[in-house]
Amino acid sequence: MTPEQLLYAKTHEWVRVETDPGGAKIATVGLSAFALEALTDLVFIELPEVGREVSAGESFGEIESVKAVSDLYSPVDGRIVEVNAPIVDKLDALSDDPYEAGWFVRIKIADEAGLAELLDFAAYQKQCEEEMTNDE
Amino acid sequence: MASSDSPALRTPLFGWHVAHGGRMVEFAGWSMPVMYTSIIEEHTITRSAVGIADISHMGRLRFEGPGAAVFLAELLTRRVADMAEGQVRYSLVTNDRGGILDDVLVGRYHNDYGQPYYVLVVNAANRAKIVKWIDAHLPRERAERPGEEIIWTDVTRLWAMLAVQGPRSVELLQPLVTADLRTMRYYRGAQVRILHPAARRQGGIISRTGYTGEDGFELSVGATIAEGVWEALMELGRPLGLVPTGIGARDTLRLEAGMPLYSHELSERINPFEAGLESTCYLRGYDFPGRDALLGIEKAPRQKVRVGLQPLGRRIARQGYPIFAGSQQVGEVTSGTFSPTLSRPIAMGYVRPQFAAVGTEVQIDVRGRREEARVVKLPFYHRNKKGSQK
Repeated sequence: MTPEQLLYAKTHEWVRVETDPGGAKIATVGLSAFALEALTDLVFIELPEVGREVSAGESFGEIESVKAVSDLYSPVDGRIVEVNAPIVDKLDALSDDPYEAGWFVRIKIADEAGLAELLDFAAYQKQCEEEMTNDE
Repeated sequence: MASSDSPALRTPLFGWHVAHGGRMVEFAGWSMPVMYTSIIEEHTITRSAVGIADISHMGRLRFEGPGAAVFLAELLTRRVADMAEGQVRYSLVTNDRGGILDDVLVGRYHNDYGQPYYVLVVNAANRAKIVKWIDAHLPRERAERPGEEIIWTDVTRLWAMLAVQGPRSVELLQPLVTADLRTMRYYRGAQVRILHPAARRQGGIISRTGYTGEDGFELSVGATIAEGVWEALMELGRPLGLVPTGIGARDTLRLEAGMPLYSHELSERINPFEAGLESTCYLRGYDFPGRDALLGIEKAPRQKVRVGLQPLGRRIARQGYPIFAGSQQVGEVTSGTFSPTLSRPIAMGYVRPQFAAVGTEVQIDVRGRREEARVVKLPFYHRNKKGSQK
């Protein structure tokens, strides 16, 4: 999938929603190229354990660069069913390929209603442009 | 001076930074590039080759007249009267209680009439405060006392200041200035002519000083030629691997070098003994604001001591994070970052003296979780003659 086809949280996580063979909705979550570029110089990522229940807006991990640390927020309510553990030692891969190799967690969605809160690509782009302007 | 409700000040190189990808942030009331491409990359090139940084936000105050040296000696913790032409000294300015108002460099040069003048380089964030402090200590009657006149000017906006730092600094700068940089000693400076058409026959001041723990120089030139000189340096530096560096790398470089930063390691609530800077205070035979207080502090037991901290994990301990020994809070982190040279987090902070011994194990509360750390000797990085780390 291309960035244009993903959904986004206001806190810069991207979300790809797919249906697993059992019919459950699974959200794959990563961090947008815009956010990674803003951080630059990544030094550390902490990801959760499989099985943890998260609600939308709750921190599930953190990402740290030389100049700042940010929480990673769950865009949805659900349970973490898979974690991309190797990525914590491959920070270059994360920056180089944030939408494929750079995913963090897969969450089995408990309540699909929350997806309506997420931004589409155009709305997310607009938010990023506004953040850039405010930085000037 | 900019405050939170006025727009950030711009150095003469602001336009260049923006045009060359500088990520501008507000720092001490100035709009400064935090980085151009990557803090780690800019840091590493400064250590291995040479980097250039715009430090025109630093406050520069110029003093001249027959009373200038005596006045500065009364203001600073360090001797001034015995300074030779071209000499630079690191000093503190303390308040009446011995708290640190600023840490500064003072350099002695000469004006067009062959008389000495002094340049005081103060922190950007402290410029307004120090200007006020000087005004308060220099009433007009004093400044105009016959035979002891003191004329002083805030020249911050008139002069740009460039930091050229790294093992290839001499190679880069030597073709551009008239002074012999190979033989210039550390903490010495000279007035030079700048051998480039972009300088439009103007001169400058160059000193072998810096804030990176690397060999290097700081070059002051008139604001109107700053961009031309900067571009000339960029051109000359291309074969040497020169890159522009932002205030992000400036911070990681100084922290590896164990150098304190005002509003982190230094403040009015910290005294020079706690900061480990007592050697910059000449307490006997000289007088300055805070001297008597410092004589008392010298004899009293220390409340806290500045130390280096080595976190054992990968999370960075940042300013304000509490330091514990078991259940007891024993200090606070004042600066923390990732060391590009060591590829691990490093930090500085203040702890109670009984926890300051090298090797002491402490815990730092990193956003609600205790992380193990050890007190270590400063600096984290020490260049040797070959330019590699120890």
